[in-house]
Amino acid sequence: MSGFVWGLVVGLASGLVIAVAALIGVWAERKIAARIQMRYGPQEAGPAGLLQTLADTIKLVLKEDITPTQADVRVFRVAPFLVFVPIAASLAVVPFAAGWAPFNIASGALFFLAVPSLSVVGVLLAGWSSRNTYASIGGVRGAAQMVSYELPRTLTVLSLCVLAGTVSTVGIHDAFRWWWLPLNIVGFLVYFISSLAELNRGPFDLPEAESELVAGYFADYSGIRWAIFMMAEYGGIVAASLFGAALFFGGGLGLPGVFGALAFMAIAGFIAIAMIWVKWTFPRMRSDQLMNLAWKVLTPMALVQLLIAGVVAAWL
Amino acid sequence: MPLEIESRTSIESEEGLPVEELVVNVGPSHPSTHGVGRVVVHLDGEIVVRADPVIGYLHRGIEKMAENRTYLQVVPLTDRLDYVGSMYANWAYCRAVERLADIRVPERAEYLRVIVCELQRIASHMMGVGASAADTGAFTMFIYAFDVRERVIELFETLCGARLTYNYVRPGGVSQDAPEGWTDDVLAFCAAMPEQLSEMDTLFFGNTIARGRLKGIGVLSAEDAVSWGASGPTARASGVNWDLRKHDPYSVYPRMEFDVVVGERGDAYDRGRVKLLECYESASIIVQAISQMTRGAYKADGLQRLITPPAGDAYDHIESARGSLGVYLVSDGSPRPYRMKVRSPAFCNLSLLPMLAVGHTLSDLVVILGSLDPVFGEIDR
Repeated sequence: MSGFVWGLVVGLASGLVIAVAALIGVWAERKIAARIQMRYGPQEAGPAGLLQTLADTIKLVLKEDITPTQADVRVFRVAPFLVFVPIAASLAVVPFAAGWAPFNIASGALFFLAVPSLSVVGVLLAGWSSRNTYASIGGVRGAAQMVSYELPRTLTVLSLCVLAGTVSTVGIHDAFRWWWLPLNIVGFLVYFISSLAELNRGPFDLPEAESELVAGYFADYSGIRWAIFMMAEYGGIVAASLFGAALFFGGGLGLPGVFGALAFMAIAGFIAIAMIWVKWTFPRMRSDQLMNLAWKVLTPMALVQLLIAGVVAAWL
Repeated sequence: MPLEIESRTSIESEEGLPVEELVVNVGPSHPSTHGVGRVVVHLDGEIVVRADPVIGYLHRGIEKMAENRTYLQVVPLTDRLDYVGSMYANWAYCRAVERLADIRVPERAEYLRVIVCELQRIASHMMGVGASAADTGAFTMFIYAFDVRERVIELFETLCGARLTYNYVRPGGVSQDAPEGWTDDVLAFCAAMPEQLSEMDTLFFGNTIARGRLKGIGVLSAEDAVSWGASGPTARASGVNWDLRKHDPYSVYPRMEFDVVVGERGDAYDRGRVKLLECYESASIIVQAISQMTRGAYKADGLQRLITPPAGDAYDHIESARGSLGVYLVSDGSPRPYRMKVRSPAFCNLSLLPMLAVGHTLSDLVVILGSLDPVFGEIDR
């Protein structure tokens, strides 16, 4: 029973973490994008525009929640949550400190890889239930893309599992050695790129490609349900950066105590900023180029990484 | 041709299953239709089977309205044709009027016209390059391009007070002389611009993803470009060396030294890059024009407000940012045009879309549309 209570606590906490991260993330993204584009970004609401997202959130909550008349109503209403919940759930296995994760389960890495990919169902259903051609195309694109990029992402995490000799996220975190950094550099790059594609972030934001599909699978959403899609996106950034830092950099590079925690936050923050940076610099890819990248470039690279990890693990 | 949006052709799949085309109505309110363009796209999966542009959403009847106004009152109407490059329509119309009424334009006015039109070319090309970059998702490139465009708009604001609809070129000259120090500002802009342009060149045209998105997309052969009446950067990107400033020189262009930028492959990449490279040439023309310009009258002496040309007709064309922009005027001897007809380069270029888009994906369709640089004010008129 205590496990159930703890589950509720962790669930609420990760929801809250994502909500706060989305508040800060939207602000940070707007500020960074503005800096890249020689603009100021939000600056009126609160110091340096920090309260802008809060104001936007209040606006979104108060807005009418429109359901298109032609939509498949029940599916349409539930789809945003199907995207959001798996991503929030994945935070439960983040190894925040040595030997500790909210849920220290033996198959943590598998949980992290498997559960967030369930959000593909939400994307597909959101696109389908809207009864809108743009949304349908966006949903199908999203499904194809997220399923394809599962593979390279899984393979890179798998090479870490091979090195650490465990599929527990806490185990991988604790087994970190400094020489993993040069060894896994290719793996980390593949992980970073695949994460961008998993999250439908630029340059892989084809499912929502605003210049082609207006807003893709969430074109017909408004108000709070739209906000949940945005929260899922920023929650995904948070999860991908936290896991990237925890698994590939051993959290805080194996540093003790406060230094470790600080280094962990710094590395995760840098990964998140790099995701924003990439989005505002590169053009968007086309769907066939996206598939080519996944299957012809990233998957072979991840396989080579796995081979190297296997050889090193056997040699040790 | 009436468009039946609901008609869907069924395609035979290999397994014998019934497969239907997906009809997507892109526009008239869509982020990438550059205004109020509309394209009815028939998709097989993501491949375009048919693309029909539907025009007329911005039709204001400018050609008809011109028949009820005096020759001078038509100039503000021409501002609203190609609203990204208003100076061109002003000038093309004024040249037709001047030919019709036999008005001689002072030299200083010709130089001012060349300067503003080359500045306009930079502003218009920045819109074209930036918007087609935004079509591929490179929104930062769009902002960079608009930064350059904004500098030009500020120069125009200093010159004539307007930012978009200038009403600057008038029959017989220009509306007002350049203010004190304006040419220095223009020279400073021309000196600073190449660095910004080369930054954009590396940021976007040097980017691997952008090259992958633009190269080989919407290839237009030189033969097709000529036979479909394409002009401007669209034709030049296909290797057609045709520029009215060089090949049917008007105004003081014969005194300018510049190169015509000609592409090779005729794809979206070349169409975009030709526009970017033309901006360097425009800057060089502006510098030459300012150094050659002398003081003097900026409009023809003794020209009456109510221009009453003799009965007859006149056609004149100039090289606008989109191609050969022509204005045909018929006069019945009254102070109002009997008929005005605009030969719109954007219209001819847009007519290539159904041919270029077939076989590409929906993502490429918006890239091709953007690379043709349509301005619907001029297409719909």
